[in-house]
Amino acid sequence: MRIGIPKELHAGEKRVATTPDVAARLIKLGFDVAIEQGAGASADLADDVFRAAGVEVLPDAASLWAQSDIVLKVRGPAQHPGADEFALMREGGTLISFLWPAQNPAAMEQLAARKATVLAMDSVPRISRAQKADALSSMANIAGYRAVIEAAQNFGRFFTGQVTAAGKVPPAKVFVIGAGVAGLAAIGAANGLGAIVRATDTRPEVGDQIKSLGAEFVPVEYVEEGTGVGGYAKVMSEGYQRAQREMIARQCKECDVVITTALIPGKPAPKLITAEMVASMQPGSVIVDLAAEQGGNCELTVPGEVVERHGVRIVAYTDLPSRMARQSSQLYATNLLRLIEELCPGKDGNIVVNMEDEMIRGATVVKDGEITWPPPPPKLSAAPPGGKPAAAIAPPPPPKPLIPKSVQPLVVLGAGALALAWLGSVAPPAFMAHFMVFVLACFVGYMVIWNVTPALHTPLMSVTNAISSIIAIGALIQISAPGFLMTLLAGVALILTTINMAGGFAVTQRMLRMFRRSE
Amino acid sequence: MSEGLVTVSYIASTILFILSLGGLSNPETSRRGNYYGIAGMAIAVLATVLGPKVTSVVPVIIAMLIGGSIGLTAAKRVQMTQMPELVALMHSLVGLAAVLIGFASYLDSSVHFTGVEKTIHEVEIYIGILIGAVTFSGSVIAFGKLSGKISGKPLLLPGRHMINLVGLLAVIWFCNLFLNVESGGAGMLFLIVMTAIALAFGVHMVMAIGGADMPVVVSMLNSYSGWAASATGFMLSNDLLIVTGALVGSSGAILSYIMCRAMNRNFFSVIAGGFGTSGGTVVATDGQPQGEVQPISAEETAELMRNASRIIIVPGYGMAVAQAQHTVFEITKTLRDRGIDVHFAIHPVAGRMPGHMNVLLAEAKVPYDIVAEMEEINEDFPETDLAMVIGANDIVNPAAQEDPNSPIAGMPVLEVWKAKTSIVMKRSMASGYAGVDNPLFYKENNRMLFGDAKKMLDEVLTALRAG
Repeated sequence: MRIGIPKELHAGEKRVATTPDVAARLIKLGFDVAIEQGAGASADLADDVFRAAGVEVLPDAASLWAQSDIVLKVRGPAQHPGADEFALMREGGTLISFLWPAQNPAAMEQLAARKATVLAMDSVPRISRAQKADALSSMANIAGYRAVIEAAQNFGRFFTGQVTAAGKVPPAKVFVIGAGVAGLAAIGAANGLGAIVRATDTRPEVGDQIKSLGAEFVPVEYVEEGTGVGGYAKVMSEGYQRAQREMIARQCKECDVVITTALIPGKPAPKLITAEMVASMQPGSVIVDLAAEQGGNCELTVPGEVVERHGVRIVAYTDLPSRMARQSSQLYATNLLRLIEELCPGKDGNIVVNMEDEMIRGATVVKDGEITWPPPPPKLSAAPPGGKPAAAIAPPPPPKPLIPKSVQPLVVLGAGALALAWLGSVAPPAFMAHFMVFVLACFVGYMVIWNVTPALHTPLMSVTNAISSIIAIGALIQISAPGFLMTLLAGVALILTTINMAGGFAVTQRMLRMFRRSE
Repeated sequence: MSEGLVTVSYIASTILFILSLGGLSNPETSRRGNYYGIAGMAIAVLATVLGPKVTSVVPVIIAMLIGGSIGLTAAKRVQMTQMPELVALMHSLVGLAAVLIGFASYLDSSVHFTGVEKTIHEVEIYIGILIGAVTFSGSVIAFGKLSGKISGKPLLLPGRHMINLVGLLAVIWFCNLFLNVESGGAGMLFLIVMTAIALAFGVHMVMAIGGADMPVVVSMLNSYSGWAASATGFMLSNDLLIVTGALVGSSGAILSYIMCRAMNRNFFSVIAGGFGTSGGTVVATDGQPQGEVQPISAEETAELMRNASRIIIVPGYGMAVAQAQHTVFEITKTLRDRGIDVHFAIHPVAGRMPGHMNVLLAEAKVPYDIVAEMEEINEDFPETDLAMVIGANDIVNPAAQEDPNSPIAGMPVLEVWKAKTSIVMKRSMASGYAGVDNPLFYKENNRMLFGDAKKMLDEVLTALRAG
């Protein structure tokens, strides 16, 4: 089958749905790959590089859409001036892109009318297996990083604290609201620049993740569990929201940079930063609102623009991933590749939309002209809600021993002494002499063996095995005794022990010669 | 050579044997240790041959030439992965020799005892043959299991403890009969019956022990072969045999104890056998791990390795089976040349006999100072970027710590899941010898590299060198 990648038409969209590397992997899977001329130009990917990877470059969008069985895109199809992507779409073709089916019912209808099969990258379920195709996380990661870069661009001071000959510079304080993928990426980036980073989230369990990235977790002092289905946040109660507002207001006063990433699936973004809070901030501070596309977390946000209010710059770009087009194209293209790998289990260049597969079922929003969105709820959420960790189970108390532990050695010693005393009273002195040698040898062995390093346990076994062929002495003593049967028995025993003796020492030597120190 | 000179030689060889074992405390002195052992043995044999008790030297020379050449050939031919089988096989030789010498000693008409001394001598013969026979048949079965000729699964006869108990009582009963006979003929009969029982007991004991417990079995049989030598020493009134046998016996016993401690198991429960059969059903009830395993390709593994700064490799029996130790070393070398810190973590019961992994790594020329024991390295996992598990399962099973109902609960394990990423190389999702499912496979930071260890590692190596 042929995979086609058109140029993105959305204004300001610089990303492209594949890169030469990924295209080469797709070709390996058995697909033909074609791109529209100049599709990768805004992501610094020249047509020639694609050609070198074995990709055909087609001159215009119309021929590309017409020739492609599968079309990969970043943005969902739309009616652009001069090009209606719905009309270009081949009847019965397959499309994989972002789509946001909940927000774009009209687009869904039009795709269904084209008898298309559509997989929406934003609908890939949040299950462990599908992580590799989770384009939302990839893009959020980039957005979080870029948010810090944009903040630094608009902030008039260093992020890191310095003591210089020209005076001391305090470190910037960055406050991140929402520790999802974007929030965590922002924490990491800000920390990397040397800022003091604090972060909050309604889900208490992400506190550890925040701390692991070197930030301070600022919890909301109010008891309510904030994890919704699928590991996303949910709308919180009124009392909780009040406590949260107070905490955010306090942090806004203290911090120089605020990065907000609070989103609730299918709902407008919560307004967490009021106009008064903005006014309370230091002049020159920066707010980066990553929720701008969903209305913004700040009351004064103007989506898509940078505005200055009360001396505070509010950055509300909605195209942060596109501002790092090369990087985001690469990650997005890899996510697409992972999804296509799942669709193409035979690695034969053909895709199978297997609706029994949880990952594919979740992503498929239109199947052969039939709308299949929303999918049934996922069987296993990323973080099982309400499940208490099993670690709390106390280990069962050890069974009470019959004899108290402190007395046990005494009992053993006593029994041993009694047995020895009995033996001494009945056995002849010749035996006791041997017996003493025996017991002493046991102790010597015990002392010596504890010093052997575990690495040499195998050579130890083979050398002790070789030494145990000392039993040959027994055979030697008997071999000269009268009687053919005696000589035969002793002779066979001698052969056996000599095999053991020679073999054991030789193989030990072979092994020990291998142990060497690194040069 | 006079009796006194022989005794002096025996003292010298005893000291040499002790030095030999002491030399193994450190890889640097270990080769010297082996030479001490050889010297001790040579002195002991020479002194005996030249001593007053040996009159005909020709059969001795013939027997030793035959045995020596067989032994040397075997030692040269054996592959390092077959060491456990070889050691088990050699134990059986000692056992068999002890049995033969026991019978010969009973037949020996040149020594005469009376009264208590006669009883003690006969008890010594009886015990010597008993231990020798158990060692022999047990070692043969262990050899079969280790070389795959017999299934590694524990064979559990109904009422097996009862069978053992009845066998023991029968042995004691026959001992009593044996001591009370006057003439040689009937005594011989009892000895043969007892030998048959002991042989059956040895077979039954080792058959009931699962493959994962083989390190314990091998070292236990090692211990038995020592006790057999010691018993022979008692029956021949030879102190050298007694001392050397006791050295070997106690060393094997300590090794068995170390192995049992590494599995958090009682020595007797291992010997009683049957581990690994009850496990499967217990786990199925509640501790069933959920989730998806995430496979990874050889190229991605190489990529992860390149980007790591600290890697710990955990080898297991799978590495031995696939003969992958040389590839492992090549990978280690490539990584170390790039300045990546690579260590090996060895679990005490990894493999099929004590120290098995160390020998294989040494064979592949992995320097021993980057090979660490479990206690040394376990706390380093949180600072490790990548933990690479090659054909091991139970020894990296977090259920031992997390699930108090697990059959392996409380067994010390290597905490690979604390590394940033862990990769488990396995042929399939089958559980280990203990029959316990492994929650490690389903952990979020774990990846599975499926396939034959040797083949996959070769691919990893190629990818590493290419990138």
